Amino acid sequence: MANHSTSHPTHVQHHFVDSDQQFDTAKMGMWVFLVNEILFFGGLFCAYIIYRAWYPELFSEAALELDTFWGAVNTVVLIGSSLTVAMAIRSVQKDQIKGLKINLLITIALACVFMVIKAFEYSHKFELGIFPGQYYTYDGLKHAMAPIFFSIYYMLTGVHALHVIIGIGLIYWIYRRAKNGEFSSEYYTPVEITGLYWHLVDLIWIFLFPLLYLIE
Amino acid sequence: MGSLFDFMLPDLKSPMTGASTDALMAFIHIVSFIILAGVTIAMIYFAIKYRRRSDDDETPLITHNNALEVTWSVIPLILVFIVFGWGYSGWLNLKSVPDNAYEIQVSAYKWGWTFSYETGAQIGNEVHVPVGRPVKLVMRSQDVIHSFFVPDYRIKQDVLPNRYTYVWFQAEEVGESQIFCTEYCGTSHSDMLAKVIVHTEEDFQNWLADQKAGGGGTPVERGENLITIQGCVTCHSVDGSDKIGPTFQGLWDNQRNFENASSQTADENYIRESILDPSAKIVEGYQNQMVSYEGRLSDDDISDIIEYIKTLEE
Amino acid sequence: MPTAEVSNVRTLKVKRFKPSEDPKNTYLNQEKGLWAWMTTVDHKKIGLMYLGSVTFFFLVGGVLALLLRTELLSPAETFIQADTYNQFFTLHGAIMVFFVLIPSIPAALGNFVLPMQLGAKDVAFPRLNLASLYIYWIGAIFTFIALANNGLDTGWTFYTPYSTQSTTSVVWVTLGVFILGFSSILTGTNFLATIHKMRAPGITWGKLPLNLWALYATSVIQVLATPVLAITLLLLTMENVLGIGIFDPALGGDPVLFQHFFWFYSHPAVYIMIVPGFGIISEVITTFSKKHIFGYWAIALSSLAIAFIGFLVWGHHMFVSGQSSVATTVFSFLTFLVGIPTGIKILNWVATLYKGSIEMKTPMIYVFIFLFLFSIGGFTGIMLGALSADVHLHDTYYVVAHFHYVMMGGTLIALLAGLHYWWPKMTGKMYNEFLAKIAAGFIFIGFNVTFLPQFIMGSQGMPRRYYNYIDQFTIFHQTSTIGSYLLGVGFLIIAYYLYKSLMSGEKAGSNPWGSRGLEWQATSPPDFHNFDHTPVVINGPYDYHRPMEEFQLGLADSHNGHGTHHEVNPDPELAGSN
Repeated sequence: MANHSTSHPTHVQHHFVDSDQQFDTAKMGMWVFLVNEILFFGGLFCAYIIYRAWYPELFSEAALELDTFWGAVNTVVLIGSSLTVAMAIRSVQKDQIKGLKINLLITIALACVFMVIKAFEYSHKFELGIFPGQYYTYDGLKHAMAPIFFSIYYMLTGVHALHVIIGIGLIYWIYRRAKNGEFSSEYYTPVEITGLYWHLVDLIWIFLFPLLYLIE
Repeated sequence: MGSLFDFMLPDLKSPMTGASTDALMAFIHIVSFIILAGVTIAMIYFAIKYRRRSDDDETPLITHNNALEVTWSVIPLILVFIVFGWGYSGWLNLKSVPDNAYEIQVSAYKWGWTFSYETGAQIGNEVHVPVGRPVKLVMRSQDVIHSFFVPDYRIKQDVLPNRYTYVWFQAEEVGESQIFCTEYCGTSHSDMLAKVIVHTEEDFQNWLADQKAGGGGTPVERGENLITIQGCVTCHSVDGSDKIGPTFQGLWDNQRNFENASSQTADENYIRESILDPSAKIVEGYQNQMVSYEGRLSDDDISDIIEYIKTLEE
Repeated sequence: MPTAEVSNVRTLKVKRFKPSEDPKNTYLNQEKGLWAWMTTVDHKKIGLMYLGSVTFFFLVGGVLALLLRTELLSPAETFIQADTYNQFFTLHGAIMVFFVLIPSIPAALGNFVLPMQLGAKDVAFPRLNLASLYIYWIGAIFTFIALANNGLDTGWTFYTPYSTQSTTSVVWVTLGVFILGFSSILTGTNFLATIHKMRAPGITWGKLPLNLWALYATSVIQVLATPVLAITLLLLTMENVLGIGIFDPALGGDPVLFQHFFWFYSHPAVYIMIVPGFGIISEVITTFSKKHIFGYWAIALSSLAIAFIGFLVWGHHMFVSGQSSVATTVFSFLTFLVGIPTGIKILNWVATLYKGSIEMKTPMIYVFIFLFLFSIGGFTGIMLGALSADVHLHDTYYVVAHFHYVMMGGTLIALLAGLHYWWPKMTGKMYNEFLAKIAAGFIFIGFNVTFLPQFIMGSQGMPRRYYNYIDQFTIFHQTSTIGSYLLGVGFLIIAYYLYKSLMSGEKAGSNPWGSRGLEWQATSPPDFHNFDHTPVVINGPYDYHRPMEEFQLGLADSHNGHGTHHEVNPDPELAGSN
């Protein structure tokens, strides 16, 4: 590997030769982890595809029960947050720590907006009796497999929401570290890999939205 | 061919379904045995011939040999293609039921089998079939997954809840063959056995006719028949011995003590409740394991069973 | 000799470093005490802790196996009841698969050896490495909670709808295995990043030891397959808690879909277990025949081929399950294709022996045992891949014997080979060679006495997971049980001499086997940072025709990469040996 480094700065862990190697390695590790995440959701998408192939009419009927407007709002909110994360990384690359902190805070705010809207959607469904599987009591949709559709819906959006919550935690942690002045254009690996994670969370929602809400 | 490995297989009693399987198994065994012997002998020969003589031994640099690599990739590839084609054709045969097959309905449950005939005859844990005629079994499960396996016929098929699966065979000699359940299904999985009983065509027709006649009978006889067909006896003995559930012997009109410290005398309503809602009262010392028979037994059936249980005194 | 072309452009200043035969500072005597061990990020200590944990679970799973075999001495009840028996075989399977075989080679031996074979100071993410160990323990705790609380009786495969109806602690165990999966994912992620980014100067992909190719392929499978298991178990947990109905026929779901999900992980998992074993075999067989590996690329690439094709064959567990005919045909065909790269490996190993200088030390004996047993496992796998034969053999003892030949005759024997091979490196001590050979004999004989009869009774029709059996199988079961006791004795002997070795073993030199592997150029036991110098590699790991001196190179002025510069040396002729 690179043999050109000068000194061993404090942020470089002992087992790396230099900062570049550490950055490359961390990024690669994160990419591998993202592949992992995609396969994790892939299992759920598989269940979705199989049941949709078996009961296509159920999926178009059930999609009507989902609120496309708020789903679309959430999509915009998440895309916006992806943008602010990208801007945060841009800021730290240019050593604009203030910009970094502001963008991180906006991202957290947008993620919270997403969760609040999600909570409203869930509670509305719970009021109607749309629970997953055997607890389903809603009368508006009589299809025998409707409980399974909503099981899949809750699993997909629930696991995704869990990722959003973890993301909020991570970004807050990055914000705290930024406040302590740990990052600069020399060292911003954690910002970069958290950003990668957040883009994935966004990307998955971009798949979920049309697959669940926009079925014709 | 293959007599070398014949001891591994039980006698084949349905050549229509099993002959191809047996031949294929013999082929794979023999080829494998030859290759394994070759590899083992080569290993041992090298280990002796090229044993280390001193720590300064020098070895030649042999990195690879493409011709050799190709040879030992292509030859096995050809062999496995043969095996694949052979296995596939045998399997197609197992899946293609002859048109004139005699059909029997099979219902699997924890832990037994019920076989139903077109005449309405039902029998538990025994399937009677005519010799020399293809028989098709249409199978479903009432609870978990089971699997229907007759080693003598080389057939096996999983039995699923809410879906039908089937197997076929053609027994060529009169006699009995063992049926196993091969998909793990709980406590008495290994006792979920049954027998195929092969009759001559004439005996089979007589047997079937007898069944029809015997289908009536007194309530007690019907009850006795039902607890066999429905598999009650798998868990509840009629002779006082201890099985998964309490014995039926001496049940009637006796005091029952329950896990929740209450107790009750076993009357008609108690037995009826125990059949339809088994978890309502659990007899002390037993587990809550039984599934409800609601929908599987009619009210008349339950009355018949109660009548039979009344006769089982200690 | 003194200069080394490391890449097209750079020339490095190198010097020969000869590892001390009597090292003062080793990873074992720096950072002492329980707390230091529990918080260490050193890959070697983490590897040892994994080894200890795996050994513990192997003991639990092994005792369960002996109890099962004892129960099977006679039909019906010998000394335990049916429900207990069902719990025992479930736990034996679950523990051996999830807690022993999957982490055994990668997380225990791999963790120890991988950075050393790369010439790195540690894995890429040392803290994640420690986290993976803790996650493994947390998963274990969940499983023990299940044990204390009703046990588990579903079989390790958790088939629905049985597992949704079972009154035992399915949820605790599925959660435990779910958590455990993350430990496997972290290890895999770590290894991939390490192999890609942390290789010492000179280690090109073509000079990567085959052990690392094998671990690389394993890591790929771990990363790609484990998340699918995770989601499957999460769905199963939800099925039990909320009744979501996706797999439960009572609620309209499909139990065969569960089997697809389950085997999509669990078949590749078989390769997670066996492929790292292949890596060990390549290392040991070259060392003890003192010869270059035959067909380096064939062996390296066949590992990747197995990893890839291994993802496409899961349906061969389901030939009689009621899946579609097309699926069955395709899965059978692909199953045979995965057999080819495996066969290629075996033949390449045997060819490596040709004209070697073969020394039958204990690790080499295990390699021979491996080649024999694993070949049988492979051939019987071909038998089970053939559709019509599988219809007869599916879910019988034939399958039980087959996967024990592969998993125990393959993975576990390879693990024993690796353990004996790297033991001097890990501990700095030698073990008793004579007792080791006796133990290997017990294991070889015991293993075959246990499992050969199972092939016969399986093809005669004895189903697996049976508590009771019909009389005609008694003699096979009894023989098998006696074999299992012999196996037990073998493992006890191993435990005895390894303990003796730890306490009072003879001191091992840095390279007792005369290997060319990079890990043997460190001291035994290695320094905290593995090497005194950043190693530089100019030869392949199996270049036994080259003198040892060429394998003992390091950057001339780097003190282990700490605080000094490594410069590109502009002029090609350079300094210092000895």
